[in-house]
Amino acid sequence: MNSNNNILVKLNNAGFRQSEKWLVEGVSLTVEKGKIVTLIGPNGSGKSTTAKIALGIYKNIEGTVEKYTTKVGYVPQKISIDWTLPIRVYDFMLLTETIEDSAIDEALSLTGVIHLKNKNLGSLSGGEFQRVLIARAISKKPELLVLDEPVQGVDYTGEIALYELIKKISDTLNCGILLISHDLHMVMTATDHVVCLNGHVCCSGSPIDVAKNNEYKALFGEKASQILTTYEHKHDHVHSDEGEIKKN
Amino acid sequence: MFDDFFIRALVAGIGIAFVTGPLGCFVVWRRLSYFGDTLSHSALLGVTMAYTFDLNIAISVFLISSVIALILIQLQKKTNLPGDALLGLLAHSSLAVGLVVIGFLTFIRFDIMGLLFGDILAVTTDDLLVIWTGGALILIVLKLIWKPLLASTVNYELAEAEGLNPDRAKAIFTILMAAVIAISIKMVGLLLITGMLIIPAAMARNISDSPQKMVLFSIIGGLLSVILGLYSSLEFNTSSGPSIIAAALILFILSLFKIKQSIKLKN
Repeated sequence: MNSNNNILVKLNNAGFRQSEKWLVEGVSLTVEKGKIVTLIGPNGSGKSTTAKIALGIYKNIEGTVEKYTTKVGYVPQKISIDWTLPIRVYDFMLLTETIEDSAIDEALSLTGVIHLKNKNLGSLSGGEFQRVLIARAISKKPELLVLDEPVQGVDYTGEIALYELIKKISDTLNCGILLISHDLHMVMTATDHVVCLNGHVCCSGSPIDVAKNNEYKALFGEKASQILTTYEHKHDHVHSDEGEIKKN
Repeated sequence: MFDDFFIRALVAGIGIAFVTGPLGCFVVWRRLSYFGDTLSHSALLGVTMAYTFDLNIAISVFLISSVIALILIQLQKKTNLPGDALLGLLAHSSLAVGLVVIGFLTFIRFDIMGLLFGDILAVTTDDLLVIWTGGALILIVLKLIWKPLLASTVNYELAEAEGLNPDRAKAIFTILMAAVIAISIKMVGLLLITGMLIIPAAMARNISDSPQKMVLFSIIGGLLSVILGLYSSLEFNTSSGPSIIAAALILFILSLFKIKQSIKLKN
């Protein structure tokens, strides 16, 4: 079935419905080894849902997901640590897989939080916690890395460094990355494939193709695409304010 | 120096503390204390069944508690009632049904107080065998599901995404809960088992900085509670369950001073 053995995960026309409401539908995408696929779109457009479909967290989905790896690292969008559970950064690094101390130190150093190793997870700031989350996901040397807004709350210089790190990891580990990001600059410079979502796939392709796309402009504004081009092409539908699709 | 029954009670209590320590931590972390109550209240039905059909009490309590847990899971899926209402419904109705059934069993003389609050005189050598083999099995299984259970306690989606099968770990943990109630009911009593689960764990939370340490301190707290409680039970002729729980409470209060100290140190 897997003719191309670089494929890590493949969504075929996948969708997920929660109490009669479609969170996202008709998504097809492929993440391959060494490639970065980025999901962009406004709030509530189904980015996190798509990531969770790819990860197999949602079970009763429409369409199919083909997954060819079990070595997965996941940075969820939101995670809250209950006060009742005493847990240090070190314990958290070992949460889903037993890894060597040297690998833990290496990952924490890469994301710049090695000094927090013995701190309680609940005492970290938002940005520090994001760095720990990324360190945990990469320390297990995954084949597939799913990052849901991984740099939220991280300071500006840290943000750039972390994106560079993500790019480097994709090259050195040759792992496939499914990235959700609002940082369009990052999307345009480091991504191999962009999927623009708004409840369904609006447009997808290489960053340049997407930037030229009218729907992308409609979602993100002219400025976002002016960086690259003024090229225009025809569309068969527009979006109403309620998010419904109207055929032209 | 000790009467034989006291040695038996002590050995039984120590066996129980080894199991309630780690399980109690998960009860606290996963906010399951009311769930523990529900299962232990339903244990009364198990006890009446054991007397009626002449079964081992631990085994029949284990079976009934597991069935109640399954019913609960089904009700959660099929009704719109909130979880705590369902737990209350099952806890009190199974307690009530158990008491009604006892009323019908006129041919057996019941020690209701012993059932509700524990009775060290009731521990037989057979019970010791059940407690120690059952306890060892519970700990082995808990060790096997430790990683997925802890990971899904921290974050369910993370555990699911990284292939740890948290649903299976949760189902197995539910069965372990029924099992720990079954082995501790005679000693601690069905009204106080949840206390034995959560008070040493709560004490341990105050003085630990990692999950493993909390489990360790929870076991130590449970052991101390059992030993102190049983000695005072013998000394003051009180029920074993309340004596053990009161000892656990004293340890918990002592652990609060440690928190105060560490807050002072931070400032």
